[in-house]
Amino acid sequence: MSAVVSEFASSTEAGQALVEVRALTRRFDVSSPWLNRVLQREPRRILTAVDDVSFDIARGSTYALVGESGSGKSTIAKMVLGLLAPSAGQVLIDGSDLSRADAAANANVRRRVQMIFQDPHASLNPRWRVGDIISEPIEAFGLAANSGERADRVVELLAQVGLSAADATKFPHQFSGGQKQRIGIARALASNPEFIVCDEPTSALDVSVQAQVLNLMRDLQAELGLTYLFITHDLSVVQYMADEVGVLYLGRLVETASREALFASPRHPYTRMLLEAAPRLDGFGREHVIDGGEIPDPINPPAGCHYHPRCPLANARCQSEIPLVRDVQWSRVACHEAEHTGL
Amino acid sequence: MSKIATKATDVADGVAGTSMDTVELTPGIAARLGSIWSSDIVWSFRHSPVTIVAALVFTSLLLAAVFAPWISPYTPFDPASLNLMDGFTPPMSTGMGSGAMYWLGTDDQGRDVFSTILYGMRLSLFIGIAAVAFAAVVGVTLGLIAGYTGGWVDALIMRIADIQLTFPSIMVALLIFGIARGLTPPELRDQMAIWVLILSIGLSEWVQFARTVRGSAMVEVKKDYVQAARLLGRKPHHILRKHILPNVLGPVSVIATIYLALAIITEATLSFLGVGAPPTSPSLGTLISIGQDYLFSGEWWILLFPSLTLLALALSVNLLGDWLRDALNPKLQ
Repeated sequence: MSAVVSEFASSTEAGQALVEVRALTRRFDVSSPWLNRVLQREPRRILTAVDDVSFDIARGSTYALVGESGSGKSTIAKMVLGLLAPSAGQVLIDGSDLSRADAAANANVRRRVQMIFQDPHASLNPRWRVGDIISEPIEAFGLAANSGERADRVVELLAQVGLSAADATKFPHQFSGGQKQRIGIARALASNPEFIVCDEPTSALDVSVQAQVLNLMRDLQAELGLTYLFITHDLSVVQYMADEVGVLYLGRLVETASREALFASPRHPYTRMLLEAAPRLDGFGREHVIDGGEIPDPINPPAGCHYHPRCPLANARCQSEIPLVRDVQWSRVACHEAEHTGL
Repeated sequence: MSKIATKATDVADGVAGTSMDTVELTPGIAARLGSIWSSDIVWSFRHSPVTIVAALVFTSLLLAAVFAPWISPYTPFDPASLNLMDGFTPPMSTGMGSGAMYWLGTDDQGRDVFSTILYGMRLSLFIGIAAVAFAAVVGVTLGLIAGYTGGWVDALIMRIADIQLTFPSIMVALLIFGIARGLTPPELRDQMAIWVLILSIGLSEWVQFARTVRGSAMVEVKKDYVQAARLLGRKPHHILRKHILPNVLGPVSVIATIYLALAIITEATLSFLGVGAPPTSPSLGTLISIGQDYLFSGEWWILLFPSLTLLALALSVNLLGDWLRDALNPKLQ
């Protein structure tokens, strides 16, 4: 048993946490306007997009957040970046809280946190030259003494992501999707960050280009010691990139495990369903037994465990009692019946 | 580092291929002029005879207005140079008093119609361009703020715009003109008339700029490049000026051109009604207003030539605006 544990144990477990997400919660008020509420006697409608989510990301590792649309992945990303204030809980980046720190400390933390966006066509200002786009973080954080130094740094960054110095004078529309994503990566690297949030960075790219971009990101991680929070719904990307994986369902983290443990022995019924549902090349002719149903309405989520209406193991307890996160073998799982999901 | 760079460069070259070929790395002046000549907007200009004629007409009118003091044969507003005996000289005739030649005739006071048209056009164009510039600055600023901020600020600005739209713009201009004129001391009224005109026409036209810019800004704000700027801790005014403004200016240039024609006509209407430019420094509208007094007594040239000039000016600007709108509309290409 212990041999198996060490085999599945995360390689970065010993590493110190760079990012700590503590009981993060975000509620959105999606009520109709006040007058409509009064006239139509509607109650306020509150959407809990993220519900009590906690995880750590070790320095130099990649943490993947997986979940369907509407599970709260992007909301978590925005809160981690400080673009959205949490309703409760906090995000600590190397011990300091972006939403509470004073402005000066804030800029210092901000510099160390960057983002790579999903849609490379929308993430670059179409009226700016590539050189200006990449040098904006350098200028905003005052990382270069003069414009000459800034230009040198832009050339260096372009080379780092595999573009040429001459590309600095072009506009974004002169590049392909994969090249645009490289420009986005160069911009993210411009402020010398330690932590980069990647919001589905390859989902808008051609399959042939996806691998190149993922390889580039892995090489940069090895070279610069970057820490990634990788948001995706593509399990093959998770398998390729992640050290740790968190599975989100309707705003709650239902399972956290190392990549090896998650793919070898998923504990939560939802994780199992996700892995089953993923299309594979060797899957022709195989019968899939997939739990039916769609993700429920997040405004009126099911009581107890959110997953119980779709869960094959659900019982009376699941309908009333929210399962707490606990250790089951090599995973941390929020499920009353996790012991019974064995292979 | 170098290993990664070379590997990634190979990859990039493989991917780039097609787009790299079409782009010159260091374009010379000739190449740059060539690329402008073959660009979509110039292409559509070269292939539209109506637009070329409109541009020629507008350019010559603009040059004539700008260089009016050098082109015009007489100085019509200098009382010392006027000869009352030359009054009502028909076109292509010599005056009875001075014996001077008047191509387009003279008005009741012996002022050369051609010269007054040049000076009047100068004033009409100046007021029109200044009013549109003022309207654009007010409208773009308010539209950006409304689109970026949202919430009650947006609601307030856009409701004011909606209310203003329920009145005809000439009425709004008249109202603002009346109030502003009432507030200026009487001895300054004639001097201030032009500036009051610019203010009132400008304020009556800002709504369309604000609405268009607000719509575009609301789309742009949601794009990721704005998020990227926010991530750097950029302040809203910086994001609005540097990131969003350049992306919403396309439609603004179209509206500005079309509204220039409208502003010139509004100014002419106000002056025609006698509330615009004073008779001592008449605009085209004032000249038309003077001319219509003599239409039925046979002195048709005093009315006809300023009217034709106004028509040519407004029509050419309008045609240019229509062309610009179509040329910048990707759906029509």
